[in-house]
Amino acid sequence: MAESSGTLKHYFVSSAQQFDAAKMGMWLFLVTEVLLFSGMFVAYAVYRTWYPEVFALSSELLDWRLGALNTLVLLASSFTVALAIHFIQKGDRERVVVMLLLTLLCAAVFMIVKYFEYTGKWSHGVFPGAGFAPHGDYAQYNVAYAPQFFSIYFVMTGIHGVHVLVGMGVFVWLVTRMVRGHFSPAYYTPIELSGLYWHLVDIIWIFLFPLLYLI
Amino acid sequence: MMEDKQALWLPEAASTYAGSVDSLFYFILVTSVILFVGVVTTMVVFAWRFRRRSAADRPVPVKENKVIEASWILVPFILVTIVFIWGFRVFITMSVAPPNAMEITVRAQKWSWLFEYPEGVRSNALHVPVGRPVKLKMSSADVLHSLYIPAFRTKQDVIPGRYTYAWFEATRQDTFPLMCTEYCGQQHSTMLSSVVVHSQDGFEAWLQESQLGTDASPAERGEALYTQLGCLACHSLDGTPGIGPSFEGLAATERAFTDGTRAVADDNYLREAIVAPAVRIVEGYDALMPATYATLEPEEVDALVAFIQEH
Amino acid sequence: MSAPGQNYLTASKGIRSWLLTTDHKRIGILYAVSVALFFLLGGIFAVLVRTELAAPGETIMGQDSYNQAFTLHGVVMVFLVIIPAIPGILGNFVLPIQIGAKDVAFPRLNLFSWYIFMLGALLALSGWLIIGKVDTGWTFYTPYSSEGTNSVLWLTTAVFVAGFASIFTGLNFIVTVHKMRAPGMTWNRLPLFVWAIYATGIVQVLATPVIGITMVLLFLERLLQIGIFDPALGGDPVLFQHFFWFYSHPAVYIMILPAMGIISDLMGTFSRQQVSGYTFIALSSVAIAFLGFLVWGHHMFVAGQSAISSIIFSMLTFLIGIPTGIKVFNWVATMYKGSVSLKTPMIYALMFLFLFTIGGLTGIMIGVLAVDVHLHDTYFIVAHFHYVMMGGALIGLIGGLHYWWPKITGRLYNETAGRIAAVLVFVGFNLTFFTQFIMGSRGMPRRYHDYAGLLEQYPEFAAYNMVSTVGSYILAIGLLMILVYAVHSLLRGKRATANPWGAVTLEWTHTGVVPDAHNFHHVPLVTRGPYDFHLADDVFGSAADDGDKP
Repeated sequence: MAESSGTLKHYFVSSAQQFDAAKMGMWLFLVTEVLLFSGMFVAYAVYRTWYPEVFALSSELLDWRLGALNTLVLLASSFTVALAIHFIQKGDRERVVVMLLLTLLCAAVFMIVKYFEYTGKWSHGVFPGAGFAPHGDYAQYNVAYAPQFFSIYFVMTGIHGVHVLVGMGVFVWLVTRMVRGHFSPAYYTPIELSGLYWHLVDIIWIFLFPLLYLI
Repeated sequence: MMEDKQALWLPEAASTYAGSVDSLFYFILVTSVILFVGVVTTMVVFAWRFRRRSAADRPVPVKENKVIEASWILVPFILVTIVFIWGFRVFITMSVAPPNAMEITVRAQKWSWLFEYPEGVRSNALHVPVGRPVKLKMSSADVLHSLYIPAFRTKQDVIPGRYTYAWFEATRQDTFPLMCTEYCGQQHSTMLSSVVVHSQDGFEAWLQESQLGTDASPAERGEALYTQLGCLACHSLDGTPGIGPSFEGLAATERAFTDGTRAVADDNYLREAIVAPAVRIVEGYDALMPATYATLEPEEVDALVAFIQEH
Repeated sequence: MSAPGQNYLTASKGIRSWLLTTDHKRIGILYAVSVALFFLLGGIFAVLVRTELAAPGETIMGQDSYNQAFTLHGVVMVFLVIIPAIPGILGNFVLPIQIGAKDVAFPRLNLFSWYIFMLGALLALSGWLIIGKVDTGWTFYTPYSSEGTNSVLWLTTAVFVAGFASIFTGLNFIVTVHKMRAPGMTWNRLPLFVWAIYATGIVQVLATPVIGITMVLLFLERLLQIGIFDPALGGDPVLFQHFFWFYSHPAVYIMILPAMGIISDLMGTFSRQQVSGYTFIALSSVAIAFLGFLVWGHHMFVAGQSAISSIIFSMLTFLIGIPTGIKVFNWVATMYKGSVSLKTPMIYALMFLFLFTIGGLTGIMIGVLAVDVHLHDTYFIVAHFHYVMMGGALIGLIGGLHYWWPKITGRLYNETAGRIAAVLVFVGFNLTFFTQFIMGSRGMPRRYHDYAGLLEQYPEFAAYNMVSTVGSYILAIGLLMILVYAVHSLLRGKRATANPWGAVTLEWTHTGVVPDAHNFHHVPLVTRGPYDFHLADDVFGSAADDGDKP
């Protein structure tokens, strides 16, 4: 326990207590994240129930291939972050760094794909809110309540995207701490907690993808 | 119960279902007073009877009495079940209008009420016959409002973009206040009107005289519209500035606008000011007039313009 | 226990030692100072509102100013005073000591919470001061709010930001209670205040994210016209009300549950008796926390939701009334065969019972569908929630502050002054708000700048409003008097002893007059329940030499 003694805060009795507390705090935080998104899922459900045919029509504009690609990318990143935790438990620090960098790469790919999706919409006048004015090939999608679909689409994927960006920041921070040798098999709480967060970001996307792109 | 004018609580009832609402209100009030007096008396008696007599007082704990604990759950449960079922039954009566109800269309906007009758009559006060169910079909032109008639125990929010309904059957010929109870902005507290309950014959007579004959001049029709549409809520006829400019001496004068331009108030300007009020705002006033007058019939706009011109 | 001059107040000096502290007790004081300032501000708005209404017609301000005054009164009192007050001040100071911990589980997060709370407050007030008027009411109903001024953008951001402070505070306490209890501090030995803050934490964590997303959507509605809530764009204003009350009804329990916890502790300590129905009070807090999520629709009986929804929400509302009622009965029963001492904190506890019972019973009245149709959005509602929020939550807070004052400051306050102020508060409060029950039942709508137009039918409104305004002045004088003797106590107050009330929870029995920076020298070993006065020989001397017992 020599390695961990430096990380034990004075108000905890043991490292185990400290780790349990941190983990429970993270789970509670994830609960709040779920509720934050659940508000938007409710808005989606309400409008979908009211205007199902508009939602079906509007979702044609979202490219399911790009969505599927992003789903795979995120699933892969969840796998690499799980491997990072596995390797830190084994004490294999080099591979931890590799896995964290791979996770970071996946997140970046996700955001780049998202960038092309967003700008593709904007170039056809598909904006959230009052700016919604699809033109050219998209003109036929300018129907009543289509703005609601795209408002919900942009708000949900936008807030999800913010979570991905925050996750990227966290992984950069973890890599720098890893390089400076802060983590060991005895103390890797930040990696474990960041992994939990990242899985949640992944799971939310798993719900967003079929709801927005497929049905 | 205490349904005289001097009652402390509810105002005098004047609709068919108001009596049931009041009975329930007074039942809960009396039960609550009994419970409250019980709790407070026990509290005071205990605080006195078991007051501390020495600094070292250390009483022995009391064993909890399961029967008493259970009664604290059971008795309130029975009471709330009674009031729930009672309230539910009265609520159903209040929510479902009888099929033979006369329908009146209600339009709410900042900060006036407009009531439209089947015969095309419009009024800014609600006129109804006594002893006949009336159903209100309500919508709002701008923000949320709520139609409230205390004497009838009637209240319903009025929402933009959809219809909401309320109904009542007046039991007494009188005039009752009607107010807006959903906060709707600056002049919320002036959004008052009244309900005038006529006899059946009196109501027919009122409808007759409110219908303008075909021989009325445009200016006369405009004068009627001025009252019916609620213009008077914002535009006076005596020169006093209200929320909007007074109509007195308005026609043919030069108007200065907030964007720095000026124009003479001719027919075309007056028309624009009615159907598209936000385009030019007279200096010293805010852009508060609703855009809803754009939907007026062309003859109605003509009538209003004529009325303002002649005034 | 500790040498004089080495308690948490004197352990370090300077403004930095306060602004960068991670000590839960000091953070509690940071909250106390900031909440007191906001309470003063909210109180000024309240007095302005009541003064305007003292007489019919325009009294001291026009419609615009009045609409802003009641909006800011609501926003400040709800989001900056009542929601953060008890968890932020007393939860922070007392909870970790009561469970025998040296600090909360995440001290830095705790400090961070205070900073984001202050950031939220700054945004709210600067939006109003710099950008200009905000007159939507604290409920921000669309479409009025989504068409309003730019201040709405600031205010929604402020509520969103301040919400995170609330979430992190709740999260911190839940983890602290689960993971940081001292040996022997089992769940059924937790003081009822801890149970209450724990239940509050659950509501904070589960409900607050929803107001967060609601504020984001309202913000975007105002900024980009996304058309979710604005009917002019195809949105639904009633959906906003569902979103808003899904948070704001549970938020009522964020406000009242901690006060209930304080009252439980006060009734036990000042009756020197086991709190009657301990298990029930503890679990009913948690039950109320969960049931509180199912009743939001009772704010919307006349808002245009379907009759079926209204009926279901009305039924669920009564379910939550039952555990609340049983708490009241148990508190009264706690005095039975006890040793009741009417010190100032106990006077506030009894005042709470008086006022909260009225607030609760009128809550039943407006939960009844048919009656609520008449009473909704009248002064009856205003009176009801002031009896619960001020007569309940704030009176609970004031009682709690008096109770823990000697532990927080190491000083006593003037007991006579305390009792006189309590009487003023009680008389002023009832004059202010009981008249509003009567006006409301007669039909006086809320949020009215003027009632001159109603006087022809209701001449009595003039007198009731005048009485209400006079009452509010008496109430304000009572509250200011508390401030005065509190300051006097800080400067000149008599030194307190470690356990002036003869309480048997850890903060009184196991710390110095003022606790150390780390609360305890040794982790306490807990061997009795929080109200086991008959086992507390260490506090009272052994039962054998308790000769003068009647």
